[in-house]
Amino acid sequence: MATKNTSTKAQPKMQLVKTTPQVKAKTAKSKPVMVFDKKTLTGAEIVIQALVDNGVDTIFGYPGGAVLPIYDAIFQQKKVRHVLVRHEQAALHAAEGYARSTGKVGCALVTSGPGATNAVTGLTDALLDSIPVVCFSGQVPTFLIGTDAFQEADTTGITRQCTKQNYLVKDVKDLAKTVHEAFHVAKSGRPGPVVIDLPKDVQFAPGPYQSPEETDISRYQPRTMPDLSKIEAAVELIAGAKKPIFYTGGGVINAGPEAAKLLAEFVQMTGYPLTSTLMGLGAYPMSDTQHLGMLGMHGTFEANWAMHDCDVMINIGARFDDRVTGRLDAFSPHSTKIHIDIDPSSINKNVRVDLGIVADSAEALRAMIAVWKKRKYKANAPALKQWWAQIEKWRSVKCLSYKNSQTIIKPQYALERLQSALSKDKREVFISTEVGQHQMWAAQFLKFDQPNHWMTSGGLGTMGYGLPAAIGAQVAHPDALVVDVAGDASILMNIQELSTAVQHRLPVKVFILNNQWMGMVKQWQELLHGERYSNSYTESLPDFVKLAEAYGGVGLRAQTPDDLDRVIKEMMKTDRVTLVDICVDQKENCFPMIPSGKAHNEMILSPHAEKFDKTLV
Amino acid sequence: MVRQSLQDKKSVYGAAPVQDPVSSHTLAMIVDNEPGVLARVIGLFSGRGYNIESLTVAETDHTSRQSRITLVCSGTVHVIEQIHHQLGRLVPVHKVSNLTLEGTHIERELALLKVVGKKDKRIEALRVADIFRARVVDSTLESFVFEITGTTEKVDAFVALMRPLGLIEISRTGVAAMSRGKEGVHNGE
Ligand SMILES: Cc1ncc(C[n+]2csc(CCOP(=O)(O)OP(=O)(O)O)c2C)c(N)n1
Ligand SMILES: [Mg+2]
Repeated sequence: MATKNTSTKAQPKMQLVKTTPQVKAKTAKSKPVMVFDKKTLTGAEIVIQALVDNGVDTIFGYPGGAVLPIYDAIFQQKKVRHVLVRHEQAALHAAEGYARSTGKVGCALVTSGPGATNAVTGLTDALLDSIPVVCFSGQVPTFLIGTDAFQEADTTGITRQCTKQNYLVKDVKDLAKTVHEAFHVAKSGRPGPVVIDLPKDVQFAPGPYQSPEETDISRYQPRTMPDLSKIEAAVELIAGAKKPIFYTGGGVINAGPEAAKLLAEFVQMTGYPLTSTLMGLGAYPMSDTQHLGMLGMHGTFEANWAMHDCDVMINIGARFDDRVTGRLDAFSPHSTKIHIDIDPSSINKNVRVDLGIVADSAEALRAMIAVWKKRKYKANAPALKQWWAQIEKWRSVKCLSYKNSQTIIKPQYALERLQSALSKDKREVFISTEVGQHQMWAAQFLKFDQPNHWMTSGGLGTMGYGLPAAIGAQVAHPDALVVDVAGDASILMNIQELSTAVQHRLPVKVFILNNQWMGMVKQWQELLHGERYSNSYTESLPDFVKLAEAYGGVGLRAQTPDDLDRVIKEMMKTDRVTLVDICVDQKENCFPMIPSGKAHNEMILSPHAEKFDKTLV
Repeated sequence: MVRQSLQDKKSVYGAAPVQDPVSSHTLAMIVDNEPGVLARVIGLFSGRGYNIESLTVAETDHTSRQSRITLVCSGTVHVIEQIHHQLGRLVPVHKVSNLTLEGTHIERELALLKVVGKKDKRIEALRVADIFRARVVDSTLESFVFEITGTTEKVDAFVALMRPLGLIEISRTGVAAMSRGKEGVHNGE
């Protein structure tokens, strides 16, 4: 297995690189910083130098025999901070949290064999949610590869299907350029995880260093600029719409804050409604009335109905996931669909669209705004007024209503109180989640007004994502308030990371909506499997307060609605790692809900929503 | 009520869609000749449980170390189109063409056949080989090795005729293909 051969390419060297913002930023900084004060570097030192040259300041990792030379190099420098996690899966999720909250590439370092296999879930998570991550794994020395050596695993083989690209570097002279290409690949086009497998002898070997600027990365240059004639056609369709809707996703977040700004500009220019996927929350301010909330399986009534009934759908950076579309043959049956995506293979994958545009969403939005202005388009005011009137009727169903209680904490109420406290706090707030009902409630009840402040495992739905992701975000934003909205089952999947947080003084807050059930599993069993609750009760849960204290953090508990505000206040006040055990109603289910295989207009409402009025349809 | 109707469908996924008809496609791609490329390309097919019917790979440009992969597979037009795009986004893949969808093209295969026999069968084998313009590339008193090139169908026909005449071994290269006309393999966008 092996080495890349970029140097032997026929393409001209140092060909001008496409001007993505990242590349611009990189070429702008001039003076190279040499991390090690010596002429020839070892492979391990080349890795560190290449990290610094790619703007990395933090790496999440866990040592082992096959990466000891890199750990030795880490020890002898101060440019790159190493955050020791307690499980390699967490290193990847922390890198994801770091990446999501900064827009930069997240970085992880794991040893060979079990280190690499533990990383696989995190890599797959990053692949499905298009998060830029570069993961270095140690490997047995090149001369032992294939011999079932101690802690040998075929890492490039195992990770091939869960990475955007991976490399086994067999020759130290290919190392620097491989790392540079890896960073370029991870962040360009549709971002994703990249693995670099490093045999131990390559880490020891002395070799030449070349900077990113000296490296030819021209072989991977995905298209970012839209086809202008298609943009013109799209804007014409958009302007002519009577019942339009913007359907936006994680692609807008990945395109950077600029894309979110342009989205807001375009949406406000048109006056059209918008709905967002789980991954796209925050790209457009949720407190704005043009935002109909999240769509999909647990999306709002108004968002899903607007998607179903619209005549022009403008999908920007979303991928028609099955949790969003519901039954495909009944998905938005009467609309003309425009799909803007940086990944050509996303277009026409699940849903046939009328107009597919391959582009970075910021570039596409910029071009659409320009065309809209130049051609002096105006929305069809009377039609739009009618459309909004219809949407308001759907809204009046108040699909997120729940019946509050004096004696027992409703999970929705707990989140409303949390939201209220967060919005009064002056600090920057980042939210991560685990996976389950609490995740959906967080998406429904918390308000995200900025991109890159919401981190959740969407595509893979990985329980155990939230705590390490929160740690990653807190490392990048030491003064921010970072809260992991958790479930009692999920949190146990990476609970050991409390130790990481305590060690590195990362005062993350874990807000457990403790229903003593795998609530989401229970909900499906209740609705689909005759209330046979097979193995979904989390028996013998630990005492979370004592657990927090055992790790050296703060443990708090709220048992009644009256406790809530006090406990939340205390959580926000402390500057220590805090685990909050919110004892919530065990029976509560997450609504609205589109059962799988059903259409958007077949959603089940909470029994507490305003009575569903058939005349609305 | 709601519960009752839900219990008819016990999956967290939707129902499988109705399948479109399956047809054969010949894809040609230019890739960097580096380890792992073939595995990534093949993974897009095997990951869907799709079988590859024929695959040829060889370095075609030694200076830039690029190889051409020619691959014949069957699937619905929609899925093949999807795989085409996914091939296009692989880092080491430079160009992809679906020769089947992009106008007419030429396909050739080469095969070596070892035929063992005596007397009449031996003479008959030689006669058939002559009709098919197959060449004798090795011979002993009891055997021939024939080399034949042509379309898959032609090779299939030749093999079928050789079977009763003492065919004991076949080696086929798989399909090499190229579009007709002056256009080369274009960019896989
Ligand atoms: C690693 C992993 N295993 C299993 C699942 C399936 N799963 C989805 S939600 C869920 C229950 C989560 O329970 P909890 O964390 O308590 O959240 P709740 O739904 O109760 O809010 C399970 C088991 C998953 N998403 N991830
Ligand atoms: Mg639970």
